[in-house]
Amino acid sequence: MLKDITLGQYFPGDTVAHRLDPRTKILMVLFYIIALFCAKDLITYGILALCLALCVHISKVGVRSLVRGLKPVTIIIIFTATLNLFFTPGTKILFQWGILQISDTGIHNAVFMVLRIMMLIMGTFLMTYTTSPISLTDGLERLLNWMKALHVPVHELATMMSIALRFIPTLVEETDKIMSAQKARGADFESGNLFEKAKALIPILVPLFISAFRRADELATAMECRCYHGGEGRTKLNVLKYQRRDILALVVSGAIMVGVIVLSRFGL
Amino acid sequence: MEPILQIKHLTHTYGIGTPFQRSAVEDMSFDIYPGEFAGIIGHTGSGKSTLIQHLNGLLKPTSGQILLNGKDIWAEPKKIRNVRFQVGLVFQYPEYQLFEETVYKDIAFGPANMGKTGDELDRCVREAARMVGILDDQLEKSPFELSGGQKRRVALAGVLAMEPQVLILDEPTAGLDPAGRENLMANIRDYHRNKQRTIILVSHSMDEIAQNVDRLLVLKSSHILMSGTPAEVFGRADELITAGLDVPQVTRIAMALKQRGVDIDPAVYTVEKLEQELLAARKGGAVC
Amino acid sequence: MATMIKTEDLFYAYPAEEGEQQTYALQGVDLSIEQGSFVVVLGHNGSGKSTLAKTFNAVLLPAGGKVYVEGLDTTDESLLLAIRQRVGMVFQNPDNQIVANVVEEDIAFAPENLGVPSEEIRRRVDDALKAVNMSEFVRHAPHLLSGGQKQRIAIAGVIAMEPRCIVLDEATAMLDPIGRREVLTAVHRLNKEKGITVVLITHHMNEAELADRVIVMDHGRPALDDTPRKVFAQVERLRAMGLTVPDTVDLLDRLKNDGWQVPLEALTVDECADAICAVMHTN
Repeated sequence: MLKDITLGQYFPGDTVAHRLDPRTKILMVLFYIIALFCAKDLITYGILALCLALCVHISKVGVRSLVRGLKPVTIIIIFTATLNLFFTPGTKILFQWGILQISDTGIHNAVFMVLRIMMLIMGTFLMTYTTSPISLTDGLERLLNWMKALHVPVHELATMMSIALRFIPTLVEETDKIMSAQKARGADFESGNLFEKAKALIPILVPLFISAFRRADELATAMECRCYHGGEGRTKLNVLKYQRRDILALVVSGAIMVGVIVLSRFGL
Repeated sequence: MEPILQIKHLTHTYGIGTPFQRSAVEDMSFDIYPGEFAGIIGHTGSGKSTLIQHLNGLLKPTSGQILLNGKDIWAEPKKIRNVRFQVGLVFQYPEYQLFEETVYKDIAFGPANMGKTGDELDRCVREAARMVGILDDQLEKSPFELSGGQKRRVALAGVLAMEPQVLILDEPTAGLDPAGRENLMANIRDYHRNKQRTIILVSHSMDEIAQNVDRLLVLKSSHILMSGTPAEVFGRADELITAGLDVPQVTRIAMALKQRGVDIDPAVYTVEKLEQELLAARKGGAVC
Repeated sequence: MATMIKTEDLFYAYPAEEGEQQTYALQGVDLSIEQGSFVVVLGHNGSGKSTLAKTFNAVLLPAGGKVYVEGLDTTDESLLLAIRQRVGMVFQNPDNQIVANVVEEDIAFAPENLGVPSEEIRRRVDDALKAVNMSEFVRHAPHLLSGGQKQRIAIAGVIAMEPRCIVLDEATAMLDPIGRREVLTAVHRLNKEKGITVVLITHHMNEAELADRVIVMDHGRPALDDTPRKVFAQVERLRAMGLTVPDTVDLLDRLKNDGWQVPLEALTVDECADAICAVMHTN
């Protein structure tokens, strides 16, 4: 059900992966994504997959929860795979039916594209699983601090993001509750055509929006009561400080990225 | 008399195959009879909510059966909606499910889903509204203009309008002030008396349960701890207290009096009854 | 004893709908709440009790009259932070006042806003969690806790400002009996051990049993204001204001009407039983 959505969820823990500075983790994911988009062949993908596997192992997150994170994007993955499989022109045509054709490059592209999306998602999810949303936004805020000079409201955006993340589980639970309540009054979400199905969502969406506005209003008051007045003069419980392990992690991951780029450009 | 609902060895397990696997309901069996006012009491996490969502087919048992009028409700999974019309479930804080432009339309949502139209639909809506004390001139208002207590009444009417054989109420008075609580319970008692339909009241207030039901189930950690009439259950007040549950304040006064040597039945649970017992005891010349 | 909160001829009106008569939610309230006291404010819905609470830390500003927090005028905008730091507020719905995904980060929210140095925040977070008996949950995700636990986290989040007074605005209304007991135990402890003034807004009569003082609001004004015993002895007046009395008082009231010589000022079960026994003894 809805509770299976793990987007933005954090699994508290005390591994090295959890203790790394959020800025380090953001940068590492950035390196990883760049490398992933440069990777071309089995060796480079293999290296990155190995790195990912190692990080998963260190984080003790558990492969199953990572795979569960892939569930919501299954359709996108299948769609991309199909597009690549049937519409890539290639030298060797293995199968043809009308405009649909399967070529060797098509298979190659489809496989690597699926791998790329899956590894991309698993990598970013590993970060959100091991970093509490507050320290994640904290890290983002600090990384983007220089943009304040350009009058970008970095603190406000970071606060908005962390509150949005905080309320995801609450709103998911609420959606479940409203759905059950409407089902108890005979609402039918399964049958009917697309139009009818969309219409059937009204009894869920209206109460959900009203409740979200009410929550936002109450939260704003509660925040003001706890002396919130913007980012000015604010201190932090956990001040971000780069440790030795952060420098080490950054150097290693940076080196791997460069290595992967070089390998995929020039081969072995 | 044939039971209207039979629950047979019901078990529900969440998260099978994950590290979070746990049974919210374990091997529960009990019957509910037509026209009875039954109560279910237990702490948060005792399995109350999971249990009642099985009775109208919102959740499917992991094992065990639920029979409605002698028929397994999951015999034809495609027709489970019909079960929901016969077993009406009012959730906690039901006012958060209101969505229509007018009170009238919102109450009509359930019966319209049943396929009711025209005069029949109109009759259901107006009758349900009357039963919970919603006045005719409020029917065309937006439900969001009403006060909290009135919103709750509208939501309750939305389920009553389906004319269910069994009505399940999950904490109907939660968050209301004393007068609001008493008014709503009076409406529910009237409905029970006039319609002779079955009600299952779920609550964590022992006092509310004691004052209303004919028979109650006490749940504790996914099991049925006790069942019987209020007198039977509160007669075992010591066991309830040991299990970490409340007993009505009146029962506690009776227990305290008994301890002080007054010859009194500790199973009394309403103020009126205790008053009479005390008057009788004094007339009989009892002293402490 | 010094005064924590003082209201002078306090009026408040919610903005009226177009074409409707403006009604005052508060109509000339004169109150003074002593430092270190435990005050329970009762009243039916719409009696003005929640509105009153919200004027205590400048969430609502008086439409007429004044509110002073340790002598600070709540309408003075430059004093806003000083006032809110002194009077912490806990609301009804625990989900809508928790800001962060980890308990310790939520509790740190207020001291962070106040610019408290990091090491000091750490100390305050630990102390606040200990004060509400939630130390083991420091790294937990709040949305997985029970209602009573969430509400204690909300209290700890307020305690971390080191306020002189906590106002609980129907903070127990959405909790089950266990959760309610947890919260009450926590605030009574804060009152006894740290000397924090507590103003508890509720419509559960039995939560008033252990208070120093009970104020019953009706039509935007305090209608009764005395010790719990004296207030609950006024059975008829309470009923007329849409409130109930505890069963102990109800029973004694009935027996009194039956001609028994019982006092009405017995709140707890044991006091009630003793009072009845005393009468039976004289038989």
